[in-house]
Amino acid sequence: MNKPIRAMSIFCLVLFAALLLNTTYLQYFDADKLNSRSDNKRVRDAEFSRKRGAIVAGGSSVAESVPTKDQYKYQRVYKQPRKYAQLTGYYSYIYGRSGVEQSQNEILSGADPRLFVNRVVDMLGNAQPKGGSVSLTVNPKAQNAAYDGLRGLGRDAQAAVVALEPSTGKVLAMASTPSYNPNLLAGHKFSEVQRNYERLSKAKSQPMLNRAIQDTYPPGSTFKLVTAAAALSSGQYTPNTKVAGGTSLDLPQTTVNLPNEPGLDCGTTRITLTQALENSCNTAFGEIGLKLGDAALREQAEKFGFDQTYLEDLPGQVKSRFPANPDLPQTALSAIGQYDVAATPLQMAVVTAGIANGGTVMRPYVVDEVRAPDLSVLDKTNPEAFRSNAVSSSVARELTQMMISVVDNGTARTAQIPNVKVAGKTGTAQRGPDQPPYAWFVSFAPADDPKVAVAVFVDDPSVPRGEISGSGVAAPIAKKVMEAVINK
Amino acid sequence: MSAISAMRDRAFTHRRRRGAELFLLVISLVVGIGAYAAVGLGVEGTVPADIVGYGGWLAALCIGCHVVVRYTAPYADPVLLPIVAALNGIGLAMIHRIDLANLDANPQAQTFARDQLVWMTLGVVLFVVVMVVLRDHRRLQSLTYTCGLAAIVLLVLPLLPVIGTQINGARIWIRVGPLGFQPGEVAKVLLVIFFAGYLVLHRDALALAGRRFAGIDFPRGRDLGPILAMWLVSLGILVFQRDLGSSLLFFGLFLVMLYVATERPGWLVVGSAMFLVGAYLGYLAFGHVERRVDAWLHPFSAANATNAYQIIQGMYGMAWGGLVGRGLGQGDPTLIPFSYSDFIMASLGEELGLTGVMALLLLYGLIVERALRTALVCRDAFGKLVATGLGVVFALQVFVVVGGVTKLIPLTGLTTPFLSYGGSSLVANWVIIALLLRISDQARRPLPELTSPDEDDATQVVKLS
Repeated sequence: MNKPIRAMSIFCLVLFAALLLNTTYLQYFDADKLNSRSDNKRVRDAEFSRKRGAIVAGGSSVAESVPTKDQYKYQRVYKQPRKYAQLTGYYSYIYGRSGVEQSQNEILSGADPRLFVNRVVDMLGNAQPKGGSVSLTVNPKAQNAAYDGLRGLGRDAQAAVVALEPSTGKVLAMASTPSYNPNLLAGHKFSEVQRNYERLSKAKSQPMLNRAIQDTYPPGSTFKLVTAAAALSSGQYTPNTKVAGGTSLDLPQTTVNLPNEPGLDCGTTRITLTQALENSCNTAFGEIGLKLGDAALREQAEKFGFDQTYLEDLPGQVKSRFPANPDLPQTALSAIGQYDVAATPLQMAVVTAGIANGGTVMRPYVVDEVRAPDLSVLDKTNPEAFRSNAVSSSVARELTQMMISVVDNGTARTAQIPNVKVAGKTGTAQRGPDQPPYAWFVSFAPADDPKVAVAVFVDDPSVPRGEISGSGVAAPIAKKVMEAVINK
Repeated sequence: MSAISAMRDRAFTHRRRRGAELFLLVISLVVGIGAYAAVGLGVEGTVPADIVGYGGWLAALCIGCHVVVRYTAPYADPVLLPIVAALNGIGLAMIHRIDLANLDANPQAQTFARDQLVWMTLGVVLFVVVMVVLRDHRRLQSLTYTCGLAAIVLLVLPLLPVIGTQINGARIWIRVGPLGFQPGEVAKVLLVIFFAGYLVLHRDALALAGRRFAGIDFPRGRDLGPILAMWLVSLGILVFQRDLGSSLLFFGLFLVMLYVATERPGWLVVGSAMFLVGAYLGYLAFGHVERRVDAWLHPFSAANATNAYQIIQGMYGMAWGGLVGRGLGQGDPTLIPFSYSDFIMASLGEELGLTGVMALLLLYGLIVERALRTALVCRDAFGKLVATGLGVVFALQVFVVVGGVTKLIPLTGLTTPFLSYGGSSLVANWVIIALLLRISDQARRPLPELTSPDEDDATQVVKLS
């Protein structure tokens, strides 16, 4: 009987080998995945009672953990909570995380592989492991200007600002109003946190929505920059090419005409492309759209980042879009940023920064550096070109000149800064007949050596319909943000 | 030279190795009592106040076993007892640790460690009884059918009204007054003896007749009786007691012993096919089997939120433990339902880490290896079969329960030998170890010095036929 007994020994050996391999898989290879699941109470408890790293903007912390006497030992505290809420996000026991708290959780909680040595040292020293800190790219002055500008709007206004450094893609400012106080969600009295969360998530004004990246709006006339870029890149147009002016453009296949906004100088019949941009003439860009066709417009839009997500440091970026199959009238409307064209404020800032940077679109980023608990730098983000030739450098130069002319002579005079050349473009996007239009403004400065590109989006129902305009509402905010960056 | 003395000369003479056993036993006690102290340090920051009483009691039990083995089975395997002592000590420490966590949450919570120590004491008493009373395992062969009958009675008991109780969906308990008991654990031992006795008698018929197909000898149809009967018994356990684990265990045990007795792999083929059919029928017919399989395949799907809760918590615990564990008293094992019994392996994985789990699995593996080694050197067929059966049933049980907890196979309710809380299992496993020690003592003992008949001139041997 010894032969089958030997066979059974091998069989038992296989059983035990399977158990050993499987536990190795579970406790070593699969452990990280299991530990990062959001319903894993052990990890959440341990993380929650650990000294979480700080989130730093311009050298001072905007989110940090301070010791408390309750069972979780540390309380997350947000200084300037509403101003930085869209960047920091919240850190809640019940509702998890958002913003940088979410995207940089591994560093902040200390679970990152790069902090392995620190963890081992902490373990040997019987100390609680600590998290590393995250430095934001944000310029606090620009962020102040952006948030104060938005707060200066009416109480009902929903608005967002994004400022980028064109040469790197650094996000210098990002604000969205109405904002919220993340401290309300970080508390340790969970019933209170629950009430706060329900109130915030049910509020009609959607305070937890980061309008800068998580929602899209018709960009209106600011999209004419994309149309102009497509026109100049096609070789059929120069800034001096004559395009349709007058009061309205006859759209094919329909009896409806595309009118220009009253009070703008769009000439009588034919005007130059520069003049068309200066006065944001719908007739001219409608005609260009019809001539280039929707495919050329879409291609240009996608070169600037439409239909893609590229912001890795903040969760929830939505894609901006250009309609898939517009007919001819719809193509003409799309060319002026209406119909189904929709963009995030970040996307319009990226378009502007791309033009400012000579046609090279840098990937926007929010996290500049991550540091270990001992403040040694673990990683510094390298600026990276997202699209190296969205437009050629000569087209970028021509567009810049045209945008300077918009600020100097055209619709964007409110954005002028003394002794600094500013390039900009206004936008006023129509939506339903009874709703006030969206006001947009995009700009960069100084035009000859761009340090900052801004996009401002405002939806303010308290301003009378006739007074809403990119120039009147949005441009002054952009101007403040640009000044904050330039006047160091 | 006679055949017997020639065999004695050729055979490897085993040493007694009782000193080695004592040395290993001391190490095991250091591990077990050290774990108990570590629990106190981890949870309360001090060594438990009763460490001397507890450690003394544990040491007295283990050393007592050693002394009994020294006198009643001097050639027995020296490794088995220390392994069991270590496992039992670690199990007690872990159950005590979970008691402390439960008491912390609710001062009126039920505690288990004290009960478990009482059960262990009872197990040791039975161990001693077996060692003292049963001086030769072959005497069990005469009890073949008694054991079979007793096993059937024990398996049926939980189905009877009044004393049978259903706990957590499985009807495998009997309850007499305050005492709960799982007769299936004891039936396991009796079944091994019954199968061994039965197969020793009938193995020739089962082994020789048959037809050859595809290179494998398949048994005759009329010889399928016993395996068919066992298949039906296993299905009965599955149907009436809703106990997937025991059903699989008993059938697997029978199959392996049949194969070992007959040396015909054909039985394995036939049996595995029957097992697959039974398992599939069970899957189709019973919601609880289907739920278990579904919770195993898709633990994280929303539909399995309640079914897979336990296994997910167990996996989280083990992942949280990682390579070296959180340390005794430093984890959160009470998040896992039944962390002190069925899921004690997950609790240990959390606090002792992959390192600890591997050590425990290797201890189990060593028990199985020792049992099968005993079977190899054993000189009689009955002893070989009993040792193989006990070793394999142990291996299967560890595989089914640990594999279930670590999501290698669907979860079935079985106890983790010597570690998890449960009196019947602990007592039965101590008896298993006693039987293995008895058989190994017989197997390793040098053959008695017989005087060869032809050297004895005084006796005339007369050939009668």
